[in-house]
Amino acid sequence: MQDTAAKSRDGSEPVLSVEDVSYWYGAKRALDDVSFDVYPGRVTALLGPNGAGKTTLFSLITRLFDAPSGRIEIVGRSALDWGFKALEPLGVVFQQPTLDLDLTVRQNLRYFAALRGLPRAEADERMGRALTSLDMKERIGEKVRSLNGGHRRRVEIARALLHSPKLLLLDEPTIGLDDPTREAIVRHIHELARTDDIGVLWATHLFDEIEPRDDLVVISKGRVVARGDVETIEKETGTDNLGEAFKRLTGDKVEEVAV
Amino acid sequence: MSLIHYVRAFYGIVWRELLRFLQQRERFFAALVRPLIWLIIFAAGFRAALGISIIPPYETYITYDVYITPGLLAMIQLFQGMQSSLSMVYDREMGSMRVLLTTPLPRWFLLLARLFAGVLVSLFQVYTFLLVAYLCGVELPVWGYLIALPALILTGMMFGALGMVLSSTIKQLENFAGIMNFVIFPMFFASSALYPLWKMREGSWILYEICFYNPFTWAVELIRFSFYQKMNWEALAVVAGCTLVFLALSVWAYDPSRGIQQRKAMGPAGG
Repeated sequence: MQDTAAKSRDGSEPVLSVEDVSYWYGAKRALDDVSFDVYPGRVTALLGPNGAGKTTLFSLITRLFDAPSGRIEIVGRSALDWGFKALEPLGVVFQQPTLDLDLTVRQNLRYFAALRGLPRAEADERMGRALTSLDMKERIGEKVRSLNGGHRRRVEIARALLHSPKLLLLDEPTIGLDDPTREAIVRHIHELARTDDIGVLWATHLFDEIEPRDDLVVISKGRVVARGDVETIEKETGTDNLGEAFKRLTGDKVEEVAV
Repeated sequence: MSLIHYVRAFYGIVWRELLRFLQQRERFFAALVRPLIWLIIFAAGFRAALGISIIPPYETYITYDVYITPGLLAMIQLFQGMQSSLSMVYDREMGSMRVLLTTPLPRWFLLLARLFAGVLVSLFQVYTFLLVAYLCGVELPVWGYLIALPALILTGMMFGALGMVLSSTIKQLENFAGIMNFVIFPMFFASSALYPLWKMREGSWILYEICFYNPFTWAVELIRFSFYQKMNWEALAVVAGCTLVFLALSVWAYDPSRGIQQRKAMGPAGG
């Protein structure tokens, strides 16, 4: 697993490169020498049981706090050299809901567009497009409070795409959603990665959210235990499905194995 | 990009805060009723019991309700500052603080814009209160209403920044009861808001000292003097100095390479 600087099969540069990142909460090690890359046009699933370090990793990538060791680059930019500008090509859907409930969908999106410095007219146009592709256009004037969980998530996805990011992070975005909604979101994100050439990092502990052609990074207790495409990982572990492979890799101690 | 990005982001942050403020009419109402109770009930009773002699900036005898008005304005701003920074804590738990902090702009700018948005909300409250107070017979110098504005912006920044420091560093202050008991009440009562400091000195020397070193006292005096078109340099220096210190501390607390955010982040979401 020494190929962190490697290019993908088609030769494209990674949009996210995580290199030897370690992190401690006091004496507890949350991340241990984590390395992997995310390539444009592909979905990379960050698979791990709860508490494996996924959210910590996301906090580091989004710069909520800095990693004391290792290097994180977004489209070749490290926060160490680029400061806040490193976050420009990044779109995020956080695990917690982050919309203002008492504002309308439009107001929420306009606020975000303003933060990204988009002019009003362009922002409105992009909003329209993003919402249309998620079937949410007609709800633009509704207050977020009146939307159900699935619709709120879609608004957050639309928001994360407003500034045409090159890297999209999703931290367990389907938590608490029913199955049809989950499937729709999974399908949409995969499609989006392909059509818009976005690199997607999708944190999850649910195998059915992973498509056979996705890249996979399996972490357990803060360590990367496997990396590669689905087929390779199944082969390496000598199993014929991801659930079994995952169990072997994480040592059976998974409370929530949803196959 | 660059400058226009800052302008748009600033506008967006202020606009969101005003929208949220307009949605929360109960909060606005509460912010208005609180000082009015002091003004109408407390001041009416005290008017008889307490005589205010002529002290600067006053040049004539004034009634007690006129005396406590600047203190009540400061109280409105202190409440708003604390509420605004508490909502930043909720924002952080709700995640919308994360949305703000992943904006590709310097953090000091984002925090300052957020702070200023809160100050603007406090100014709405202050001037509405002044209008109601005027209708109740509390008349201040006409030009004072305008000239006090810069002072009110500065004091608003000070309280907002103080709230930001407290809420980002002290875990116990993350609910409003804690803020009321340990910040708002002590600051308000141990100040020149309700009685002039010389009156306090007659009562207790220690209390006088506490009031004297309370930044709230200086915020009240800055507002009071500016209403009478007089400059209290000492008050200006204290308020400006405190604002800068509190600002620096809160920017420090939100710096990604410092420890405070990470310790906080451990709590709710461990995964």
